[in-house]
Amino acid sequence: MLGYILRRLLATLPVMLIVAVFVFLMLRLTPGDPAAVIAGDNANSEQVAAIRNSLGLDQPIFTQFFIWFGNILRGDFGESYFFKKTVAELITSRLEPTLALSLATIVIAVAVAVPLGVLAAYRQGTLIDKIVMGFSVLGFSVPVFVIGYSLIYLFAIKLNWLPVQGYQRIGDGFGGFLQRLILPSVTLSVIYIALIARMTRTSVLDVMGEDYIRTARAKGQVEVKVLFKHALKNAAVPIVTVIGLGVALLIGGVVVTESVFTIPGLGRLTVDAVLARDYPTIQAVILLFSFVYVLINLLVDLAYTLFDPRIRY
Amino acid sequence: MSVEPALLAGEPAARPPKPGLPGRLARDGGIIFGALIILFMIVIGITAPWLGTKNPSEINPSFRNRVPGIEQTIRNDDGTARTFTYRMGTDSLGRDIYSRVIYGARVSLIIGITVAVISIAIGLFIGLIAGYLRWVDAVVMRLMDGLMAIPAILLAIALVSLFRAGVMSVIVAIIVPEVPRVVRLVRSIVLSVREEPYVEAAICAGTPTHLLLFRHVLPNTIPALIVQGTFICANAILLEAILSFLGIGIPPETPTWGNIMAEGRGLFRIYPHNIFFPGICLALTVLAVNVLGDGLRDKLDPKLARRV
Repeated sequence: MLGYILRRLLATLPVMLIVAVFVFLMLRLTPGDPAAVIAGDNANSEQVAAIRNSLGLDQPIFTQFFIWFGNILRGDFGESYFFKKTVAELITSRLEPTLALSLATIVIAVAVAVPLGVLAAYRQGTLIDKIVMGFSVLGFSVPVFVIGYSLIYLFAIKLNWLPVQGYQRIGDGFGGFLQRLILPSVTLSVIYIALIARMTRTSVLDVMGEDYIRTARAKGQVEVKVLFKHALKNAAVPIVTVIGLGVALLIGGVVVTESVFTIPGLGRLTVDAVLARDYPTIQAVILLFSFVYVLINLLVDLAYTLFDPRIRY
Repeated sequence: MSVEPALLAGEPAARPPKPGLPGRLARDGGIIFGALIILFMIVIGITAPWLGTKNPSEINPSFRNRVPGIEQTIRNDDGTARTFTYRMGTDSLGRDIYSRVIYGARVSLIIGITVAVISIAIGLFIGLIAGYLRWVDAVVMRLMDGLMAIPAILLAIALVSLFRAGVMSVIVAIIVPEVPRVVRLVRSIVLSVREEPYVEAAICAGTPTHLLLFRHVLPNTIPALIVQGTFICANAILLEAILSFLGIGIPPETPTWGNIMAEGRGLFRIYPHNIFFPGICLALTVLAVNVLGDGLRDKLDPKLARRV
C-alpha cells in the first residue's frame, strides 16, 4: 500500500512538471517585457535593466525556468503586477470564500445526486427515471451564470428570501455567512449533481443484477438497505471517480459563480488577473488549481480500497 | 409459451425490412428534437438580416434600457415615419436586444462547429500517430496528461489572456483544452484495432503505414468521433458564452449571447430580460446539441453508451 502511494505520488510529478512548463512558457510567450511592466511608466532604461537583472530575466531560458520553479516550490510566486502585493499574500486572502463555496457545493451535490441516481436506477424506465435523466442533460446544458441569475431573480429579487450577492467571512457571523453561501453553492452544484446522478444511476444499474442483491432480497432485507448498503457500496468506485474528475468542472464553475455573486475568492481573482494581464497571478492560480485537481484525483485513487477491499495495491 | 402462427403455417413471417442507419436515426426522439432545434438556430443565423432586425451594434442613446415590446417612431429623411418594435427591449446603450440575440446565433454556431471540426482533426492526427508509434506515444501522452491536469475553463481563460481579444483567439483558446480528450479517445481505439486480424493481414500484405492508418484504422474511429464532436460543439458554445460573459472573450460590440448577458449584468435587478432572452437561446441550443449527441451515441457507439 505504502509502496503504491509512493509510486502514484512519483507518477504525478511529471504531470505537475509539464503543467509548470506550460504555465512558465505562457508568461514567456506573451508580448511585452515584464521588467518594463513592473518598473512602470516613469522608469528609465537603467532601472528597467536593474529589475530585469533582479528577476533573472537576462539569464538563459532554462536557468530562468529553474529559478522560477525553485521559487514556487518555496512558496514564492512573485509579485502581482496589478495588486502590488506578493501573489502568495493575494491567494491566501482569497482562499476562504473559494474553499467555503467548493465544500458547500460538494456536500449539496453528493447529498442530492446520489439518492437521485439510486432512485432513477431503482425505478429504471419509469417517469421518475426519465425526469432525473432529463434534469441531468439539462444540468449540462444550462450555463452556470444563467442558473445563478435565475435563482437570484426568484429567491432574492421576487421572493426576497436571501441576499442578492456578496460574501460574508465566517468570522463575521455564521448566520450571514450561511445565508450568502446558499444561492452560489446551489447554483454551482447543479452541473455537479447532473454528473454524479448520471454516474450513480449507471453504476447502480450495473450491480442490480448481481447475485448478492438477489440474496439480500431473498433473506428479507429491507429494500432501502438493499439499495443503499448492498448496491450503492458496490457501485461506489465509479461514483467516487466521477466526483474526483468533476472537480475540474467545479473549478471552472467557481470562476463563473464568484463573478455572478461578486464573491471575492480565487475565481474572481483569476478573472480580475486576466482582465489586468497580471501574469504572475494567473500563473499562480492555474498552478494551484491544477495541483489541487491532480491531488484530489490521487486521493480518489487511494480511496478505492475503502469501498472495494478486493482492490489491492 | 406461444408459437408464432407464421411458423405453424410453414411460411416465413413477413417482417418489415430492417431500416438502414438513417432510418434508425430518424426514429430516435432525441435525435429529431436536437437536429430540429439546431436546424432552426442555423436558419435563424443565416436569415438574420430578414427577420425584422436592425444593425445589432447600432447605438441609440435616446432609447436606452427599454422593456420588451416598446415601439419607436423613426422619421425618415423624406419626412415619412415608420415604427420599429423592440421585441426584447434595448440594452443600456440602446441597442436592440432582439437583433443582437438573432445575430448572436451566428457566432455561437460558428464557434461550436469550427471548434468541433478543428479539435477532431488535430486530435485524430495526433491520436493516430501516438496510437501507432510507440516512441511517440510516451512523449505525446505525457504532454496530454499535463494539459488535461489544467481544468478546461481555466486553461481557456489563461490562453485568451495571451492573445488579443477576438473570435480567432477564443476559438484557439477553446480548442487547446479539447484536443487531449480527442487524442485519448482516438489512441484507445487505435490500440484495440491494431490487434485485429485484418490489420495484421494488411501489415503482412505489405501495406505502407500511412495507407494502413488511413484505410484500416481511421474508419473505426469515425462513429466515436462524430459523437465526441457533438459534445465538443456543445462545450465550445458554452465556453464561448462563459468567456464573453466574464468580459474576456469576444470584443463586447460583437453580438454574442455571452456579450449580451455580460452587458445586462449591471442592471440585472431592474431589467432581467437582458440576461434571460440570450440565456434561454443559449441553454436551448446547448441542450439540443447535447441531446443529439446522446442519441447518436446510443445508436453509433453503444460501447461508449454503456460507459457513461
